[in-house]
Amino acid sequence: MANTLKSKILDILHKDCRISNEEIAKMIGSTTEEVAALIAELESDGVILGYGAKVNWDKAYGPDSVTAYIELRVTPMESLGFDRIAERIYQYPEVKSINLMSGSYDFGITIEGSNIREISSFISEHLATMNSVVGTATHFVLKRYKFDGVVCDLPENDDREVISL
Amino acid sequence: MSSSFNPESMINSVVSNMPPSGIRRFFDIAAEMKDCISLGVGEPDFVTPWHIRDKGIYSLEKGHTHYTSNSGLKELRIEISKYMERRFDLKYDPLTQSVVTVGGSEAIDLFLRAVLNPGDEVLVCEPSFVCYKPLVQLAGGVPIAIETKAENDFRLTPDELRTAITPKTRVLVLPYPNNPTGAIMTRADLEGIAEVLRNTNIMVLSDEIYAELTYTDERHVSIAELDGMYERTVIVSGFSKSYAMTGWRLGYALGHPSIIKAMTKVHQYAIMSAPTTAQYAAIEALRNGDADISAMREDYNYRRQVIVGGFNAIGLDCFEPKGAFYCFPCIKSSGMDSNTFCETLLHSKKLAVVPGNAFGESGEGFIRCSYAYSIKNINEALNRVEAFMREIRK
Ligand SMILES: Cc1ncc(COP(=O)(O)O)c(C=O)c1O
Repeated sequence: MANTLKSKILDILHKDCRISNEEIAKMIGSTTEEVAALIAELESDGVILGYGAKVNWDKAYGPDSVTAYIELRVTPMESLGFDRIAERIYQYPEVKSINLMSGSYDFGITIEGSNIREISSFISEHLATMNSVVGTATHFVLKRYKFDGVVCDLPENDDREVISL
Repeated sequence: MSSSFNPESMINSVVSNMPPSGIRRFFDIAAEMKDCISLGVGEPDFVTPWHIRDKGIYSLEKGHTHYTSNSGLKELRIEISKYMERRFDLKYDPLTQSVVTVGGSEAIDLFLRAVLNPGDEVLVCEPSFVCYKPLVQLAGGVPIAIETKAENDFRLTPDELRTAITPKTRVLVLPYPNNPTGAIMTRADLEGIAEVLRNTNIMVLSDEIYAELTYTDERHVSIAELDGMYERTVIVSGFSKSYAMTGWRLGYALGHPSIIKAMTKVHQYAIMSAPTTAQYAAIEALRNGDADISAMREDYNYRRQVIVGGFNAIGLDCFEPKGAFYCFPCIKSSGMDSNTFCETLLHSKKLAVVPGNAFGESGEGFIRCSYAYSIKNINEALNRVEAFMREIRK
């Protein structure tokens, strides 16, 4: 899909999903109708999964929210392959992301909660007790610097002169 | 204080006669104004890509804090030659045909000082970047403007060139892709120019600093690629615009060994060598920077389409600028001249744009708007222009 209209639209929406179809049409030299149709296709094909603001939660709620990264080791059982295990885990709303990993553990899971206790009880009640889970290692996030391509600090001011030739 | 000493009388006559940039006052007002937004700058809004900055930093860590050879690091000149070959199919011997300079600006100065004798005429296409005429004069030459026309999309035509040539013409300054108009010259356009030059002794100073920023299917063509033009052309380019490296101050010139040798002589006495840290960073830019250029070009292209569409929708006609990061809408329908338009716009809407006549008389009736800004800033600026025009037309 490199450099097609669709890839350009994805690029633009990924940076700013509030931009209007009309605006996108101007940027890529297309029509509002065509942009709407392409976005509808991207949605129905499951390429675009949703639209959300990139929120710096630390800033919104202060230190009251906690993010943990959990390494999960499992033994996939006959009836429970990796996909089935992942499907069980991602049902929990606390789970923000889950990926199957290469290397020394199997799943990398990001969990958000309002305090450390909430997260540890989630792990001990829901994850550690699953039949196929053989081990967990939990890492708490101390400070977020960048996520999903966005730096958490406010952008630097434009330090250029007002006019230069 | 000694009363007989008058510093003002000490100034060189060319310098004291240089027009004191009539719009300086306007610039100062803009710089002081709070909440002013701008489409006024001639440099990228992007920061130099990290891997390039990193190599500059690494060179400092390694203690590369000395002069380089006068012509520049050999490694860098080799990379420049490789780039010219892969990008333009032009061969330049790294050791004898290139000199690394303090920005494209110094390369322009070196060239003019190296080739001009008193009274030599230099043809300068206008509107164009502001440095050529003063530098020609400082080098003892006589600048002759060729006024390119809006109806030709601000390209230089063979007829305009032919009419301007006299027995004293030594150099044609060819500034495309163009600041401030955004005009480009295609291979076919350049062929017409080459045809006029072929049987003359005129050299070409081709300022190709915006070569990487064009928005057409055919990428920028250098006049040096055309038959009979290689030997007489000196290409000036640099890292400022294509890699967002304005503050590093690095550029280069490429051309015939005799000319480059002469330029290097001047460079050696005036500058010694270009900034060392910047040279190390530039090696990385040429080796691994192609993807950065594409990404920035794509972003500029989005903005270009928004701003050009925006001006045309407001009723300020704007031909399609196919290069650099400027558009050059015509403001004659406002009934104002460029200076009045820009000053009034600044005061009433707190928006800074540059009057077209800052780039030569043929820019009168136009304004230069840079789109090296976020789409948000561009849209806000367009809203202000629209409100301004609505008030004027009432
Ligand atoms: C057409 C043109 N040439 C040369 C320069 C000088 O660039 P630098 O000295 O940063 O390489 C500029 C800068 O605005 C320019 O617009």
